[in-house]
Amino acid sequence: MTTGPVQVTGEVLGVKRVGAHHQLTLVAPGVPERFRPGTLVALGVGGPLSEQLTRATYPIHRARPTGAYGGTVEVVLTATDRASSWLAAAPAGTSLPVTGPLGRPFALPKEAVTCVLAGEGAAAAPLFPLAERLRERGCAVHVLLGGETEAHLFGTLEARRAARGVTVATGDGSVGTAGSVADVLPDLLARTEADVVYAAGGGRTLHAVAAAAERHGAWSQTMLTDLPLPCGTGVCQACVVPLVGEDGLTRMARVCVEGPVLRGDRVRWAELGTVPEDAR
Amino acid sequence: MNHPARDDVSVDLTTDLAGLALPTPVLTAAGCGGTGRELEPFVDLDRLGAFTTRTLTLDRRAGTPAPRLVPTPGGVLSDTGGQNPGLQGFLAAELPWLAQRRVRTVVSVAGHTLADYAELARHAGSAPGVSAVEVDLSGRYAGGPVHDLDGYAAGKVVHVVRREVPRGVPVLVKLTPGSHLVSVARAAVKDGADVLVVGHGPAGLAFDADTLRPVLAGDRGTLSGPAVLPLAVRAVADVHQALPDVPLVGAGGVRSGADALQLLLAGATAVAVGTALVADPGSPTRVADELAAALARHDLSHPSDAVGLGHPTPQGDPA
Repeated sequence: MTTGPVQVTGEVLGVKRVGAHHQLTLVAPGVPERFRPGTLVALGVGGPLSEQLTRATYPIHRARPTGAYGGTVEVVLTATDRASSWLAAAPAGTSLPVTGPLGRPFALPKEAVTCVLAGEGAAAAPLFPLAERLRERGCAVHVLLGGETEAHLFGTLEARRAARGVTVATGDGSVGTAGSVADVLPDLLARTEADVVYAAGGGRTLHAVAAAAERHGAWSQTMLTDLPLPCGTGVCQACVVPLVGEDGLTRMARVCVEGPVLRGDRVRWAELGTVPEDAR
Repeated sequence: MNHPARDDVSVDLTTDLAGLALPTPVLTAAGCGGTGRELEPFVDLDRLGAFTTRTLTLDRRAGTPAPRLVPTPGGVLSDTGGQNPGLQGFLAAELPWLAQRRVRTVVSVAGHTLADYAELARHAGSAPGVSAVEVDLSGRYAGGPVHDLDGYAAGKVVHVVRREVPRGVPVLVKLTPGSHLVSVARAAVKDGADVLVVGHGPAGLAFDADTLRPVLAGDRGTLSGPAVLPLAVRAVADVHQALPDVPLVGAGGVRSGADALQLLLAGATAVAVGTALVADPGSPTRVADELAAALARHDLSHPSDAVGLGHPTPQGDPA
């Protein structure tokens, strides 16, 4: 079996603007074969003369092991800083270091259960390959997409193909329900009688998702996307969150290796950005 | 100048570091290679000169919250708050994995008091699978006093560590470059240091233009990466000129074989790769390969042939 990450020189095949986001396709031989939904790629940005050591790390949206250009992966990003802006503007043919797939994927249920997949903006990208795997297992899949405005939503069209039901929420109410993922989720969980929630987004959203899942009695699998992962491999120890282990003790865990997908009931969401007194 | 590659020079990278037989002169720097397991997919562990652990304290430390590391021009500013599983946690949960794979392991330790250093040295130095003990004198990880600005205090720490570590297990002492460097280096060697690691990155601080607060949760951090390479080369050169017979590990900003060669030319016997691992977890073996090619281009068949070669004046104590 082909497992574990590889380090390759990748190449930008194309960048497509999708609303407020950019969808980047990279030729990255060896990465797609090892991909599982929820895993990451770490990209070196800035070109050959770049002095930037830290990587730009994104969840994989789509992985194609074969194709006209060899294995490709896609990521969806929002150009907010220098690294993501460079990627968004990278011309086809740009070569860049790619390491991946990295991290622990979404855990898949053993039985055909009902799942809600909730994503905020570009963070929804990794939920689509997950939806495919869940459907293959006979799971009923409901997708919830959120964004500040219509332009911030990602994947509304694709979701209608991938899911039994699609719910959309925008902060300004331009499309779907006015509100956030956190606002809409409790009602959706009740309506679908979901057993598992898979969610990707920022810490505040995931805190609300984990709490809603808990109240509803569902499992939650959460992928934190608003914390920089400077190396993606675990060596730099920078991306820590307080996580409760199987032994009940809290440790400062690296999101890139112990995650990016973490059990929602294990993260001490209220204490994100702190080191709790009892953390070991 | 562009030298043609030489096929007729075969370079043997095996390196003797104070009696330690290393397959290459390229180590990982303390705290930069995780637990070692993170490197396995990217590095042939048999070809890693040595792996240096995170700096271990007696009691485990949870460290500081994120953000712990931010990019800066040519490097990174970082501070983990010394997160580590404690010496016992390391010996129980991390060392066996390294020992099973015969990874030459340098255990970095930092204490708050002399008694801490003695206890750390006793347990780390005698643990099966440990190749060497590295003493961190900076105090920044243990929250203790800073010993590496003061030769007298540094010597006392090195003395108790050397006393507790079995003969045959080298004691490395990591120093911080600065005006005190050579005097602290002399004191460390006088009190039993077998190898000097030169050295720590300088302390730095960065503010966030949006929040108007320090970028790092831990406030100040250590600057590392290519930006500090010339500082490291100069520091190695200074210590080598003062103490030409002491083996040195040059650390600071190494990304390539050419960078490693610079540190050898300055007088280092070996080099440590640190922050480069953030960008390239496969860098230790890549740097070793590039170093071999660079040595071959100059008809040098062994890294030791390059040690101190860059100094224009006869080596020796300028004083």
